[in-house]
Formats: sequence, structure tokens, C-alpha cells
Amino acid sequence: MNATASKNSPPLTLTTEDDTQVVVTRHFNASPAIVYRAHTEPQLLQKWLLGPDGWTMPVCVCEPWPGGKMRYEWANAKGHSFYISGEFVEVDPARRIVHIERMHLPDPTPDNRVETTFAPDGDGTLMTIRMTLPNAEVRAQMLSTGMATGMEASYARLESLLPL
Amino acid sequence: MPNLDSTFAALSDPTRRAILARLSLGETTVMELARPFEMTQPAISRHLKVLETAGLIVRRIDGSKRPARLAPGAIAEIDQFLDMLRNALAKNYARLDTLLAQIEPQKGGNPQ
Repeated sequence: MNATASKNSPPLTLTTEDDTQVVVTRHFNASPAIVYRAHTEPQLLQKWLLGPDGWTMPVCVCEPWPGGKMRYEWANAKGHSFYISGEFVEVDPARRIVHIERMHLPDPTPDNRVETTFAPDGDGTLMTIRMTLPNAEVRAQMLSTGMATGMEASYARLESLLPL
Repeated sequence: MPNLDSTFAALSDPTRRAILARLSLGETTVMELARPFEMTQPAISRHLKVLETAGLIVRRIDGSKRPARLAPGAIAEIDQFLDMLRNALAKNYARLDTLLAQIEPQKGGNPQ
């Protein structure tokens, strides 16, 4: 699986590697220090890490130091909500973050080890997110969950078109 | 897709969306489906019946089993859903692009 997003924004890649990894890359027109801040300061995260239209992040705890906690909680107007909890393992400010996270739907999904790197790329930053799941089955389930979330957006969009 | 109402109803349930996502990985028996979902086989069978009526899946007879797979038309739907996952990420990062442009490097202050 390999895909890029629309042409008018920097290309996003979403690929699978080996049996257990998912890799996302994206270029940003800002320095690694700034992109890092946008990934670690709650008041910034709450402005952009929202997924499909209609979702907000009312709760954002982010403690970017080894042993620090994270908790991101999303909600929509229809009363649906879910959250991610996790712990930071390694933090090298403006360069690299390693954390463990799990999604609560509400039962927790298996742990996902996430390594995020911010590398200088021209005048900007190349961010690489490498997720490592416990096994191939869990990875398939995670991608399926993403699809199910996409389906939810699809459903909501379809609903907004009714009655046809 | 036979008609919009039954497709719409079939997709409205999170378990059925998850079943479709699982079937996108290949043909599966009821027993195999029931395991990750922690549901009874009769419960899974009821969901499969709804999906079959909606034309989203087809089933064949294999001895006593009735393995299910995505209907040909449903695969295009699933592809669209995977695109939506990419789009959700792309939307996040488009928002982040806007935000990054507002952050001043020297002061390191917050936007707004």
C-alpha cells in the first residue's frame, strides 16, 4: 500500500513496511524546532490534530519527557468520543520522539510504538512517523480501524446529503 | 449496490463496518470473523445477513460453511474509505501548515 495526498499540499505518504510497521512521511515549510513544538504543545495540538471534519480535541495532555504521559481525547457533536493514552520513552527536542500509545474504543488496542523524527529538509522539515505494531494481525486491525473511522466520516457525509 | 436505504442502514453499524474492513483483507468464515470481534457466531451471522441484503458482501457454500467476501462493487467503496483515512491525515497536516505559518521562529510565541 502506498499513496500520496492531493497535489496542492506537500505530498503525504502512507506505506506499510515489513509485517508490522506503518510509515507516514510529510514535508513542512517550517523548521524542525517549530514542527516539534506543534507536536508537543497541547494548545497547538488542539488546533490541528482533529482528523475528519466535525471532531474536536477537548482534552490534550502531553508531557514530552521520558516517562511523561499523553492523553488525547476527541469528540464530535453527535456525542461520540474516544481517546489515546500513552507514555513517552525517548525525547530529543526538535529531533526525535519515541512513545508508546494505545487507542481506547473504549477497550484498549495493543500497544503501538511510535517513533517520530523531524529532519531538516531544504528550508523546512521532513517528518517521518514509524509505527511498530506487535504483529501483522494487529497492524491489519489498526488499518481496518482507520478505515472504519473513514467510514464514519463517509456515513456522516452521506447523512448530510439526505434526503436525496 | 441494490438501493441506498439498505446500503445506508448496513453501513450505519460500527461492527458491520469493521466486518467489511476485515473482509477487505480476504474471504473469511463466520468462525474466523467472530474471534477478533468477541461476538457469538449467530450475532456475526445476523450482521452478515444485513450486509448480504445490502449487496455489500457475497457468500458461497463450502460444505457446512458459508464463507463471506466483499461484493465486487463494495471493493470500490472500501478503497474510497482508505482514501478518507489518507484525507483525514492530509487535513490534519493542511491545518498544521496554516498553524506553522503563524508561529514566529525568533520569539517562539504562540499564534493568536
